This record gives sequence, C-alpha cells and structure tokens, in this order.
Amino acid sequence: MAGTPSTVRTNNKLVRWIDRRLPLFSFAQDAMIDYPEPRNLNYWWNFGSLAGLMLVIMIVTGVFLAMQYTPDSNLAFNSVERVMRDVNYGWLLRYIHMNGASFFFIVVYIHIFRGMYYGSYKEPRELLWMLGVVILLLMMATAFFGYVLPWGQMSFWGATVITNLFSVIPVVGKTVLTWLLGGYAVGGPTLARFFSLHYLLPFVIVGVVGLHLIALRQHGSNNPLGIAVKGPQDELPFHPYYTIKDLFGLGVFLIIYALFVFEMPNVLGDAANYIPANPLQTPPEIVPEWYLLPFYAILRSVPDILFIPSKLAGAICLAGSILILFLLPWLDTSRVRSAYFRPIYKWVFWLIVIDVFALGTVGAHRPEGWYIVIGRIATLYYFFHFLILLPFIGWFERPLPLPESISAAVTRKNGVPVGAAPAEPR
Amino acid sequence: MRRLFPAALGAALLLCAGGAWAQEDAPDAPHQDWSFAGVLGTFDPGSLQRGFQVYNEVCSNCHSMNQLHYRDLAGIGFDTAEIAAIAAQKQVQDGPNDQGQMFMRAGKSSDGFVAPFANAQAAAAANGGAAPPDLSVIVKARGKGLEYLWGMGGPDYVYGVLNGFQDKPPAGFNLPQGKYYNEYFSGHAISMPPPLADGTVQFQDGTKSTLPQEAHDVVTFLTWAAEPKMEDRKRTGAKVIIFLLAMTGVLYGAKRKVWKDVH
Repeated sequence: MAGTPSTVRTNNKLVRWIDRRLPLFSFAQDAMIDYPEPRNLNYWWNFGSLAGLMLVIMIVTGVFLAMQYTPDSNLAFNSVERVMRDVNYGWLLRYIHMNGASFFFIVVYIHIFRGMYYGSYKEPRELLWMLGVVILLLMMATAFFGYVLPWGQMSFWGATVITNLFSVIPVVGKTVLTWLLGGYAVGGPTLARFFSLHYLLPFVIVGVVGLHLIALRQHGSNNPLGIAVKGPQDELPFHPYYTIKDLFGLGVFLIIYALFVFEMPNVLGDAANYIPANPLQTPPEIVPEWYLLPFYAILRSVPDILFIPSKLAGAICLAGSILILFLLPWLDTSRVRSAYFRPIYKWVFWLIVIDVFALGTVGAHRPEGWYIVIGRIATLYYFFHFLILLPFIGWFERPLPLPESISAAVTRKNGVPVGAAPAEPR
Repeated sequence: MRRLFPAALGAALLLCAGGAWAQEDAPDAPHQDWSFAGVLGTFDPGSLQRGFQVYNEVCSNCHSMNQLHYRDLAGIGFDTAEIAAIAAQKQVQDGPNDQGQMFMRAGKSSDGFVAPFANAQAAAAANGGAAPPDLSVIVKARGKGLEYLWGMGGPDYVYGVLNGFQDKPPAGFNLPQGKYYNEYFSGHAISMPPPLADGTVQFQDGTKSTLPQEAHDVVTFLTWAAEPKMEDRKRTGAKVIIFLLAMTGVLYGAKRKVWKDVH
C-alpha cells in the first residue's frame, strides 16, 4: 500500500541539491527503504527479487558474450568455443549465462506457483498477474532464440521444429514461416534475426518488469494469509527487514546456482548441442530445454480431433496452455485468496504441480507406450484444472474463517498470539 | 512437516524427471576411474601427454580437432620449444604471398591443429561415406545418463567405444559391409575400424601401451581438449562456494538479529 512518498533523510548538501531537482534519492528511499511490506511474507516471496536479479545477470553476461559471438551459420559454433577457450573468463561468462537461463526459469516458475497457491492474482492484482504472464511469454521467446545461437544440433533442429508450428496457421502458414525464417528452411538468415531478437527482447522484458512493479506498488504485495493490510501494525518497512531476508535468500540461491555453474555446468543442457548443426542429419531425438518440456509434451500429446489434424490441435493447446493463465483471475471464482484457508484448493494445487512435472517427464521421452497415455491424461487434466476445477471449487468450497488481521494472526509473544488470553496454568 | 512437504515433493518429482535423460539403444559403457572426475578432480599430466601422443600418431590420421591450436598444448605441460617442435612436424598452407600464390610451410605454435582432410566431403569420400567427427568437444557431445550429472558420461562412452570392438558380431546380428561391430556404439555398426590395439603407440615415458592404457590416456586428453579450462573452473568454484557459504552464514545471523524483535 503506497503511502505518501518519502523524501530522502540526509544532511549531505550535494544529495539534497540533486534530490530537489531530480528526486532519485527520494525515489530510492521510498521504493527500497521505507516501502511498507506485509509483515508476514515467507521465503516464497523471495523469488520476485531473485527473478529481477537473474534478469540483470543475464543481460550483463549476455552483453559481454555478444562482444565475442558471431551470428553467422559458419562461424557461430566456433565463436562460442572460442569464448570457452581464448576469452579471459569466457567459460565463466558463458556458463553463468547458459545455466542462468535455467535458473531464471526455476525462479520464475516458483514465483508463479507461489502466486497460484496464495491467490496473488485475485482482485485487485489481475493486471499485475497478467503482466507477469507477458513476462513469461517474452522469457520463453528469448530463451528459445538464445538456445539457437550456439548453432549446435539441438539449436538447429529445435528451431526447425518450433518454427514449423507456424506452418499450421491456415492459409497463410507457409508464408508466415518463410517470413520468420528468412528463407524456406532454418539457416543463416534465421540465425542472424534470432540473434537480433535475442538481444532485443530482454530489454522489452525490463520494460514490462517496470510495469509489473508499478502495478505491484499500487496495492502492495499479497501475503501468505491473503488478507488485506489493515494498517501500519500489519506492515514492516522494506529496509532492514526485507532487504536482509532477500539477501539471505540470495545467498542460498547463489550457492545452488554456483554449484551448477562450476561443478556441473552442462547437466541442464543437451549433449547434442556440442555437435555443430548439420541440416542433413536429424538427431535421434529433438528435445527442447527442460523448462519448455511440459509445453512440448502438451504439443505432442494431442491426437487428431475430428477434422483438426493433431499438429494444429497440438499447437492450439500449446498456445492455450499459456494463454489460459491470462484468464486465471476470473477462472478462480473463490473470493478467498490464500490456499491456507481453502481446504479443497490446497490439495488441488499440489495436483496441478504434479501434473506439470508429469508433463515435463513425458516431454523428455519419446512418445511411445505409456508416455503417450500419461501425456494425454496430464494434458487433459491441465485444462480440466483451469477450466472446470477452479471455477467449481470456488463455488462449492467452504473456506475456513479468515483471521481479523495480519498482525493478530502472526504476532506472537512467547508463542501466544498477541491479544489472546494466556493459557491457564494447570 | 507442512514446510517439508513441498521440498520433499519437489525432490521426488525432480528425481523422476531426471530419469528422463537416461535413454539408450546400446548399453551404457561401464564407469571408469578418472582423475578429473569429482568436485576437485584434476588431469593426470602424464596421462594427458601420452593421450596427445595417441591422438597425434593415430586419431589425427582421420579426425580433426579444429578448436585447438598447438599453443594450447602448454596446458598439458609442454614447454615453448616442445610445442614449436610438435607444430613444425606439420605442413600448413599459408598465403597468398607477394605473387598471390598459396604455399606450404612448417607449422607454428600459433597455428590450429592441422586437419587430415581438406573438407568434410573429402573426409567422407576417404572413409566410406562417413566423415570422421571432429574430436574437439567429442567428450562433451557424447555425455549421457545420470553420470552426466557430474560432467561425466562422455569419457566413459568414448573409452567404451575404443575398447568395445568385437571381431565377430553376436549370432543373428546383420553387420553391413564395411562396418565394424561395437558393443557401446548406438546401433552397434560403426564405420570406424578398431583404431587402437596393444602396442599401437610406443609411449615415450615407458608406460606399457596396452589397449586399455592407450584408450584411457587418449580419453583423458580428449576430455581436457573439450574443456581446457576445467581445472580452473573447479578450483575457482571451490573458492566461490566457500565464500558464498560464509557470506550466507553471516547473512543468516544478521537476518535472525534484525527479525528478533518482530517475531
């Protein structure tokens, strides 16, 4: 809840002189020091700031990598290897960037699931949520373009498979595909434009993140109880409480991130991407990066439906699986935000988590045998969850009584909520 | 318990998803002991130089290593004079000169490894239609299975293929003309004839050149070649992680202190 803007508190004449003309210091004071947050945010709320940090890490490492990279289909693979071998700390930059993509998605997926568990998308934060979905879409596009750049086998064939999806568009599909690729197949012109877009989109993301933050500040963060802040007793200033909590969380996150960057930097990637792209040789399996596997599984799981061929139906479901998130604030009809007070939704939430993991597993395997069956069931359940379960649960579920206020629920003295009568000694 | 549940669920789901990468149509090559495995693994310098000798005398007749330069051999312990001598044994095309002619000259340490064939087509033509792959990052390109979790899998596989040739394919296996049966190669029919045998090279350091020894050494060399900065990476990583652990510990203490009066 944004109160009156603070002004910077300082006796430094230069700071005051600048601040009177360009209120940068006051803005920082307002946004990062005095900014009131609900006092009961748990560690799941760390992932927003972590996502912001990952965006910065990706842009910074990416800018330096771009100085050494050559977007030419004959030179791209070698230029990446040159970064690994001859550029000072090039291996570090590249592994931070490469694993950073994975960790960016880990952080953002946790951030999204957190929003789903605590109902952060509900009134009045619908646009905040929808901007988040826009960021997710932009991230997926950026990651896809980025994965093509090393011009390995998986880069090339992944690009071929995914761009081919556009050919299912009726009538104009083929034309659109040629226009996107800059030719009739993935090749040099495709690589050049993907590099250009890969450099552009992160800055678009920065812009949308700005809007996301403006929308966030309008009503402040949601919280684990999902009830509105009622007054200053429910809040804490961002600094020092959440700065230190975010920093500690950042430390834990960086340890795990560093383990991957330094000890197993290639685990999350596909070995086949260390084979230079060869348009004449299709790899035995074409798999996207792990963070796109659930959506890839949806794409492949859909059979022919009536007169719609499975390729088109799959592409529609793939698009729908993400676009449906835009409607989430209205599909979930419950007026209670936090799953904490929703005895049925609390379990249904974990089912959709399991469902997404099941889809991810299916996406990593050849579509044969049980994987086809599981893939279809999991795809059906995904849409069933959003289109049927969520609206109906909202109508039938009897939520638990909500606490009066955040402070009443969480402030305890000696383990007893403040204001509660002390237990009688026996 | 309530807090543990999401973590436990996540771990369980990750494990079943992790199995996703373990796919095969040939058995996984048995795991070998590698000095460079593990968090602080380093390359065995003797093995690296013997491995280079195997590559230089045997593999390089068919396989290029386009990402490497002779100067890189400093990373496996050769000194400047030795590297210059190794490079000088090769003939490199240079030019054009003042007359506009290309000419051949002895290699220099700044040259890239000389490839055995002029181009991929020439390589394929000379090898029954299958161009021998470049070996620069072959170890990284062949990683698979959960062993890959530690950046491994690739070395085991290459070692397995080098040792996995069988004179006679199992009964019922239809081996195409001009192919060789290999236990660990996908599909078992490989175009490469068995490249190594006992005594294929004479190691300069006196090590007995058995087939397993040659294979072990050349795989060590190829693993180094796939990522010459690996030792650097692991050493830096150890320092970074120790620092992060200490920093996070301090931050945790600070967090507890700041929040003490709020809880």
